[in-house]
Amino acid sequence: MGQRSASAPIAADFTGAGGPAEASGRAGGLVQLITPSGERVSHPEFDPWLQDITDDHLCSLFEDMSVIRRIDVEATALQRQGELALWPPLLGQEAAQIGSGRALREDDFVFSSYRENGVAYCRGVDLTDIVRVWRGNASSGWDPYSINMATPQIIIGAQTLHATGYAMGIQNDGADSAAVTYFGDGATSEGDVNEAMVFAASFQVPVVFFCTNNHWAISEPVRLQSHIQLADRAAGFGIPSLRVDGNDVLAVMAATRVALDRARRGGGPTFIEAVSYRMGPHTTADDPTRYRDANELEDWAAKDPISRVAALLDRKGLLTAELQQQVRDKADAVAREMRTGCTTMPDPQPLDVFKHVYSTPNSWLDRQQDHYARYLASFGDPAEAVSEEGAR
Amino acid sequence: MTQMTFARAINAGLRKSLENDPKVVLLGEDIGALGGVFRVTDGLQKDFGTHRVVDTPLAESAIVGTAVGLAYRGYRPVVEIQFDGFIYPAFDQIVSQVAKLHYRTRGAVKMPITIRVPFGGGIGSPEHHSESPEAYFTHTSGLRVVTVSNPQDAHTVIQQAISCDDPVLYFEPKRRYHDKGEVDEALDPRAAVPMDQARVVTDGTDVTLVAYGPLVKTARDAAVAAADEGISIEVIDLRSLAPVDYGTVVASVRKTGRLVVTHEAGQSGGLGAEVAASITERCFYYLEAAPVRVTGFDIPYPYSKLEMHHLPGLDRILDGVDRALGRPNSLSGLEG
Repeated sequence: MGQRSASAPIAADFTGAGGPAEASGRAGGLVQLITPSGERVSHPEFDPWLQDITDDHLCSLFEDMSVIRRIDVEATALQRQGELALWPPLLGQEAAQIGSGRALREDDFVFSSYRENGVAYCRGVDLTDIVRVWRGNASSGWDPYSINMATPQIIIGAQTLHATGYAMGIQNDGADSAAVTYFGDGATSEGDVNEAMVFAASFQVPVVFFCTNNHWAISEPVRLQSHIQLADRAAGFGIPSLRVDGNDVLAVMAATRVALDRARRGGGPTFIEAVSYRMGPHTTADDPTRYRDANELEDWAAKDPISRVAALLDRKGLLTAELQQQVRDKADAVAREMRTGCTTMPDPQPLDVFKHVYSTPNSWLDRQQDHYARYLASFGDPAEAVSEEGAR
Repeated sequence: MTQMTFARAINAGLRKSLENDPKVVLLGEDIGALGGVFRVTDGLQKDFGTHRVVDTPLAESAIVGTAVGLAYRGYRPVVEIQFDGFIYPAFDQIVSQVAKLHYRTRGAVKMPITIRVPFGGGIGSPEHHSESPEAYFTHTSGLRVVTVSNPQDAHTVIQQAISCDDPVLYFEPKRRYHDKGEVDEALDPRAAVPMDQARVVTDGTDVTLVAYGPLVKTARDAAVAAADEGISIEVIDLRSLAPVDYGTVVASVRKTGRLVVTHEAGQSGGLGAEVAASITERCFYYLEAAPVRVTGFDIPYPYSKLEMHHLPGLDRILDGVDRALGRPNSLSGLEG
């Protein structure tokens, strides 16, 4: 992680940043490999990164996206039914999450925001663990080391520094894995994200900055965050960038593979802007009708990431009734498993509140826990201790 | 035993930690070729390389935030914040991430990060170079906060902090960096007094005087001066500020019946308030007088020509001791 000399390979790569993106195959300034109507556009620079993607792979990407949409719908329903306190929908961002998530290797490490539940699915998360945090049963759904994905971050942009530090560790270890951090358009205004890019560029560490530009940071449009395209900001840090159609699962996968390959070869960080749209609210507590135009939603509905893969499969004669049924069955099974896991999750115990604050004994906290245990013991049922009316 | 300065004692402790554990890495501004603005990391980059002693860009949040990522990867980062007043840009990463990650992940992810902070005044510096921000961190659960008052502790406790699996804020009293003392470098930190235990510096019977960091020396000097007047002061060096070792303080106050707490930080919401409240709760029937706080004022750290008025000195501490003893003092006759 020591500083590289001025002759670091970044200068060469940097001009290359515009390479693929500025080649043919750009649609509205974006790298696009599948048009909204399902046409596969050939692309001399990106196609080589997808040579191993067979028809079966394409079908499985279609299934993945369909499944995480089903997870999202199910979780939203669980929130409406009072089983979850809150849920941050990913509706519309399925291609960005599956295309990148399926490009990762098991030994890569993900530092994401709270919306990347589709990426967690790719990492092999236990379905119950996806909703654990949102039910209020824990502050982390899973053990980060079990799926090589950190607890999703709620402080906007803070995780980009963790990914950069983790990548410094990868570099020190001489490993060829990478850290990948996910964040949104709003996060690009945060100091932490900018500092992360400074550190990542200075130390040339293997980190991928994956920015999902979903156009909205709660009610604030992306134009409030930036006067230039987000991908263009990377140039100021000396970081190569790619701007891709975030609703195109193949474009996203190819871009992520390009970035990961650079990271693994010691070429340092890459910034990817995946241009997508948050079709749902910020969270289930949000009301987007107060701040955005219904026409905008319609425009983006026409660019739906799943429909276009379905259209592509149809053109190829692969969208059989059998495939569609198989995908539906899988999605239903996943949703059922998640719902059952959610509703049968055991509640935490009152004294769990003190657990894991420290990893070693702490005299202050041990005393508080002891006193609270005595207090609780003075009630027949610990639930009485926290009833609003009181037990007296 | 070797005579060495406070700064050199920390340096030697860092060196040992780097030697003993390949996962220890140092991060900070100017800690490499320069050896830190106080030379605490002098020579370490030369001997351990730029990958273990890392000069970082000037961004405190990133220094701490990347340390979090390194800890995720199994490293044991030691971060230097150049001056106390520069820690605030890193406040979010410390409070929201470093302090909470072990809790958040239900113990799956450890944060064995040591954050070294030169703190306190008395060196004639401009603004932002003389602050005592410890109470922000003692108030934050998930962190351990320690400070040291002599070269031996400086040497031992830095090693204990680094090997601790919890995050530790390690406050270094910068006006004592050049003080010399005997250091036993052969002392095994695992066999030494644990860092969360306080230490009785001088035995006494009339008043318990609680101090930490730079004011331990002042408190000890005050005890010597008071002895000439026939007053016996028991000086306690807290060492650990979170958690405070109340066992040691309680035992002393039950003996003396009187408590004076002193620190450079301002009074309101400061650590002295916490100590006074906790001791009142635990020793009420032993107290002969209300606890007394002798602290800095509730002001921004002042310009250097006036800083010695702000900092508790020997006479102000003794004035507080007089108050605790009911002897004539500067506030005699005032109600409340």
